[in-house]
Amino acid sequence: MKAIWITAEQEAGEIKPVAYELLTRGRALAKKSGRRLGAMVFGENISEAGLNELIARGADRVVAMEAPELKHFSVEPYSVCMLELIRKYEPEIILAAATSTGRTLMPYVAMTCHAGLTADCTELDIEAETGLLLQTRPAIGGNIMATIKCPEHRPQMATIRPKSTPESPQTAGRTGEIIRLEAPAAIKRTRVEYNGFEPDDEEISLQDAEKIVVVGRGIKTEANIKSARELADLLGAALGATREVVDRGWLNYSHQIGLSGKTVTPRLYVGIGVSGAIQHLAGMQTAECIIAINKDPDAQIFHIADFGIVGDLFEVLPVLIGKLKRGEKIC
Amino acid sequence: MRIAVAVKQVPETKSVKMDPETRTVVRQGVQAIINPLDLYAIEAALRLKESCDAQITALSMGPPQAVNALKEAVAMGIDQAVLISDRAFSGSDTWATSYILAAAIRKLGGFELILCGERATDGDTGQVGPEMAAALGLPVITYVNHIHELRAGTLKISRLVEGGMEKLALRLPGVITVVKEIGEPRLPTFRGKLKAKKLDIPVLNLEILQLDKQLIGLDGSPTRVVKIFRPEIVRRCHLFRAETETQTKAAVEAMLALMNREEVKSA
Ligand SMILES: Cc1cc2nc3c(=O)[nH]c(=O)nc-3n(C[C@H](O)[C@H](O)[C@H](O)COP(=O)(O)OP(=O)(O)OC[C@H]3O[C@@H](n4cnc5c(N)ncnc54)[C@H](O)[C@@H]3O)c2cc1C
Ligand SMILES: Nc1ncnc2c1ncn2[C@@H]1O[C@H](COP(=O)(O)O)[C@@H](O)[C@H]1O
Repeated sequence: MKAIWITAEQEAGEIKPVAYELLTRGRALAKKSGRRLGAMVFGENISEAGLNELIARGADRVVAMEAPELKHFSVEPYSVCMLELIRKYEPEIILAAATSTGRTLMPYVAMTCHAGLTADCTELDIEAETGLLLQTRPAIGGNIMATIKCPEHRPQMATIRPKSTPESPQTAGRTGEIIRLEAPAAIKRTRVEYNGFEPDDEEISLQDAEKIVVVGRGIKTEANIKSARELADLLGAALGATREVVDRGWLNYSHQIGLSGKTVTPRLYVGIGVSGAIQHLAGMQTAECIIAINKDPDAQIFHIADFGIVGDLFEVLPVLIGKLKRGEKIC
Repeated sequence: MRIAVAVKQVPETKSVKMDPETRTVVRQGVQAIINPLDLYAIEAALRLKESCDAQITALSMGPPQAVNALKEAVAMGIDQAVLISDRAFSGSDTWATSYILAAAIRKLGGFELILCGERATDGDTGQVGPEMAAALGLPVITYVNHIHELRAGTLKISRLVEGGMEKLALRLPGVITVVKEIGEPRLPTFRGKLKAKKLDIPVLNLEILQLDKQLIGLDGSPTRVVKIFRPEIVRRCHLFRAETETQTKAAVEAMLALMNREEVKSA
C-alpha cells in the first residue's frame, strides 16, 4: 500500500526539530488510514543518529539522499531528488513544513508532477468514506478556514504551519528501515550558487521563546516600546509585535506575529495594546496562557485570553514593572 | 533586458465578511485592489531599471477589471502591461493559474527575470511564483530581501530564511519572489497616471494561448475546496478592570499570581 511521507529538513547533517512536528501529523494520518509512514532527507553527511531518531519518533522507513550539491537547500537539485522519490515510491501523501524551504520546494515539485498542493495547513485529517487527505488552512486573510482535498491527482501534497502541533516523542525500541539512496545525476544542474549565511540572533529568540511580550498599536509611539522591552526583559521574554507596529517601523519585520508573520506557541503570551485581529490570532492562539492588557473591554483579544486587564496600559505597565523590579519575581 | 512582474488583483481583505446564513464569503461591495505585496515586486523591478537598461512588463491573470491593477503598476512606472483573461480560466487553483501565467510568459517571450510578490493576500499561498518557475523550467529564489547587483546575467541577492539571511547568485533567466524589505514602493506619478489612462492593454485569451482545456480552470485544478467555516474561539477570560489605582494594583497582583501558577504548572 502506498505510504504517507514527510520531508525532514536538515542543517549541517542534523535533522531540524520541525520534522518531529511533521511526524506527529504523519503518525496520526498513518494510524487513521492504515498506511506506513516514510521520511525523506536530502543533505550531505547526514548523521546516522539523526536518521535513527526519525524512526524512534514515528517513521517506519527513512530514505536519505546525500551529495555536496544537497548541503544547502536549492530548488533545482532538491526537486530532482523529491521527484525521483515520487517516481520510485509513489507516495499517497507528502507533508513538508511551511518553512522557507518547504514553501519553495513543494510548489516546484507539485507543478512538475501535476499534484495538488495546499499551503500552510493547520489541521489535517483523513476523510472516512474516501481515505482522502482533508487539509484545513486559513484563507481570505485569515477571516475564514477552508478545507481542501485533492480527489484525483497524486501525491496529495501539503505544507504544514510550523509550531501548529507538538513534536512527536521518542519511543524506545521502535524499529524501521534506513535506506541511503544515491542522488540522481541531474542534481549537478543548478543555476543558483550559495554564497553564505548571515544569522539574525533576534530572529531565533522569538520562535523558540517560552514567553513572549507583544506590543500592539496601543503603545502609540516608538519611544514607548522601551517599557514593553523592559517588561520583556524582566520576564525573560522575547519581544513580538503586531503588523500595525511593524508597518510603522517601530520594530522590524522579524518581530511580527500572525498570518503574515511568525506563528508562535509560547507558554506565556502577554499582549499590550493588541486588539486581537483575526490575522494576529492566527499566529498566537495556540499559546498556552494568554494575557492581555487593553483599554477596550470589547477588544477581540479578550475572547481568546485566559486573563485580561481592562485598563490604560500606561497606568498598568508602570505598576507591573515596578512590582517585578521589587522582586515579586516570576521564578 | 526584459523583466516581467506578475501582479494579482485581490479583494481588500480587511473588509471581507462572512454571511453567517449561507456561510459563504460576501464579495459584494468589497473593493478590489492590487495585491499589496506585489507593490514590492514592482518596486524591485523599477529599482533594477534604474541600474540597467530594462523594459518592464506587468502581467495579471484575472477578470477584465484586473486591468485596474495593471494600470496602477503602469502609473508607478512600469512600461507595459498585459492582461491574461478568459472565462475558461476562472476556477483555476494555483496549479492552473501558474500553468496559464507560464504559457503567457512563454508566448510573450524573451524575459530574463520574472518577479512575483511573496504571496497574494487572498489566496495567501505563495505558491504561484515557484510553480510558474517550475512550469517554465527556470530556477526560483523565494523571499528575496535584497538585490545587491546584476552583472553579466547574474543576479546577486539575499534571501530571508529562518534565523537569518542566505546569500545567493542566480544565473538568469530565473524567477524571484520578493518580501517587504526589498524597499518601500513608490507612489504613482502624475505622468504615470496619464500614461496608464491612455495605454491600450492587450488581452491574452484561451484562443491566443492555445491551451489544453484539461489543464486550465476547474478541470486543470487538482485541489477542491470542500468546506469553508469561521474559526472557533474557545477560552474563558478572567477580566479585571483597572480604572482606579487600587483596581490596577489588584489586577496586576492577580496577573502575577497567575503567571506564577502557570510557571509551576509547566515546571
Ligand atoms: C492579509 C492580512 C494579513 C495580516 N497579517 C497580520 C499579521 O501577521 N500580524 C498582525 O499582527 N496583523 C496582521 N494583519 C493586520 C491585522 O488585521 C490588524 O490590523 C493588526 O493585527 C492590528 O494590530 P494592533 O492590535 O496592534 O492594532 P489595533 O487593531 O489598532 O489595536 C490597538 C489596540 O490597542 C488598544 N489601546 C490603545 N491605547 C491603549 C492604551 N492606552 N492602553 C491599553 N490599550 C490601548 C486599543 O483598544 C486597541 O484594541 C493582517 C491583515 C491582513 C489583511
Ligand atoms: N492571477 C495572477 N495574476 C498574476 N500574478 C499572480 C496571480 N496569482 C498570483 N500571482 C503572483 O504570484 C504571487 C503569489 O501568489 P499566491 O501564490 O496566490 O499567494 C503573487 O504575489 C503574484 O506576484
